[in-house]
Amino acid sequence: MGDVLIFAEHQGGHFPKTTLTAVNAGLELARKRGGNAIAVVAGDAPEGLAGEIAKYGVSKAIALTHASLKNYLADAHAAALASLVKKTGAEFVLATATAVGKDLAPRLAARLDAPMASEITAINDDGTYVRPMYAGNAMATIELDGPIKVITVRGTAFDAAKPAGNSAAVEKIDAEIDSAALKTEFVAFNQTKSDRPQLTEARIVVSGGRGLKSGDNFKTVLEPLVDEMGAAMGASRAAVDAGFVPNDLQVGQTGKVVAPELYVAVGISGAIQHLAGMKDSKIIVAINKDEEAPIFNVADYGLVADLFKAVPEMAEEVKKLKHS
Amino acid sequence: MKILVPIKRVPDPATTIRVLPDGSGIATDNVKWVINPFDEIAIEEALRIKEKQGGEVVLVTIGQSTWQEQLRTGLAMGADRAILVKSEAPLDTLAIARILAKIVTDEKPELVLLGKQAIDDDSNQVGQMLAEMLGWPQATFASKVEFAGQKVTVTREVDGGLETIAFNLPAVVTTDLRLNEPRYASLPGIMKARKKELKEIPADSLGVNLAPKLRIKTLAAPPKRQAGKKVGSVQELVQVLHTEAKVI
Repeated sequence: MGDVLIFAEHQGGHFPKTTLTAVNAGLELARKRGGNAIAVVAGDAPEGLAGEIAKYGVSKAIALTHASLKNYLADAHAAALASLVKKTGAEFVLATATAVGKDLAPRLAARLDAPMASEITAINDDGTYVRPMYAGNAMATIELDGPIKVITVRGTAFDAAKPAGNSAAVEKIDAEIDSAALKTEFVAFNQTKSDRPQLTEARIVVSGGRGLKSGDNFKTVLEPLVDEMGAAMGASRAAVDAGFVPNDLQVGQTGKVVAPELYVAVGISGAIQHLAGMKDSKIIVAINKDEEAPIFNVADYGLVADLFKAVPEMAEEVKKLKHS
Repeated sequence: MKILVPIKRVPDPATTIRVLPDGSGIATDNVKWVINPFDEIAIEEALRIKEKQGGEVVLVTIGQSTWQEQLRTGLAMGADRAILVKSEAPLDTLAIARILAKIVTDEKPELVLLGKQAIDDDSNQVGQMLAEMLGWPQATFASKVEFAGQKVTVTREVDGGLETIAFNLPAVVTTDLRLNEPRYASLPGIMKARKKELKEIPADSLGVNLAPKLRIKTLAAPPKRQAGKKVGSVQELVQVLHTEAKVI
């Protein structure tokens, strides 16, 4: 008992940083609950990737293999993982709360009749967990009952696992899936073409809010600064709601939670739900023309200014700095 | 098409949430209660589908008598009838999904549309759990839903791009922000809503297991971040980021 199956999500043949976060959280959970940490890589031919993740301190890596696991789909992945949980007798299944983790984990929990804790930020020694509620305005201590528990972790709350210097065994297991029960068809994945770093992995994030006034201004005003800083671009919910930018750029409790070294909030007032998604950033900069904006209450450095003047100026200053 | 829309009553997103000193919950005085914003998007989408294809939109919520208010608001937006599953006890997501699965078995909708998460407990679980319990396909975080006969194609905004999946009805779809902009209830809508059917069912009459497996022991206020300093110019800002914070 106490064994932890860590769902090692992969995209385009590699592991995003969020997967290494899951591994680290899984190692901590296994240590605190007295079990083994076992990484699971699901796919149609996942052995190579399982060999990669085996280097990160886990006691075993399972290559969960089936033709129906080629693309991520909730029904096939939930079925395969549930049968693996039964087979291994694991007590926990853990994933990072990415788009895939959030989609998969509750379905798996229902299949196992197991309780699920979403986006935990801490694993307590006494068997409880901490997770944010009410857009991060309350931190709940919760307990889960039953022989199996499903957990997703908030990516910013745990460090990424590091290579352990040795490599654990890789075991190939053919997934048990009733193909007749699969009802979802994968049609396409259109990757957003971008040379910028991923929002959840970037060292610097520059986000725009309703103050940008239009999608065009995101392109012409904000993007030059984003690129000059080598940053990822984010947005507030208000900017997404207004249709300026797509949903996957949304930083906030109902979008992505980020904690970069530097977070620059441009034309963002600082609604509770946005703050919940970025307040753990190391340094926060706010540029807003309204000096009463709540964003200034969490900013390390605030600049009260018209963003349409300040942002191009800042891009210019950063450029000068790079060439100095 | 018959569409079931489960909704939840939550504090208005603009409300400042305060944790009670004893950690037993949040202060609810002065809280304005509303339909969970993602569920409002689900109601809107259901109404648009009905306007195109005909059918019926049925709302369901699980809570106390006061939750009727949110059902009436949804009826005023244009939903046809509503079900209040009455429960005083706190329920976890598994119990909620089991109740909804029972309602689906009784009502036989072809589509269940609901918000991707409720903005109070922020769990983001119920739609996926319900889909599994019913053995139905699921599409979470939908930003576009298209129909061709019994076939549904859903565009999902996922990490790093847009994913498209397809399946046949019946199915569960959970809504993301960009799916639509919900309408306001019109005055005639509000008048009509008063006469629409709102049925109450006690949760413990449904014959499903309601015992919670997840318990909240205590709530605490999150650590506060201190405000820093204001800078006078862009030049100064870039300088301090370089020399003081050393992040650029």
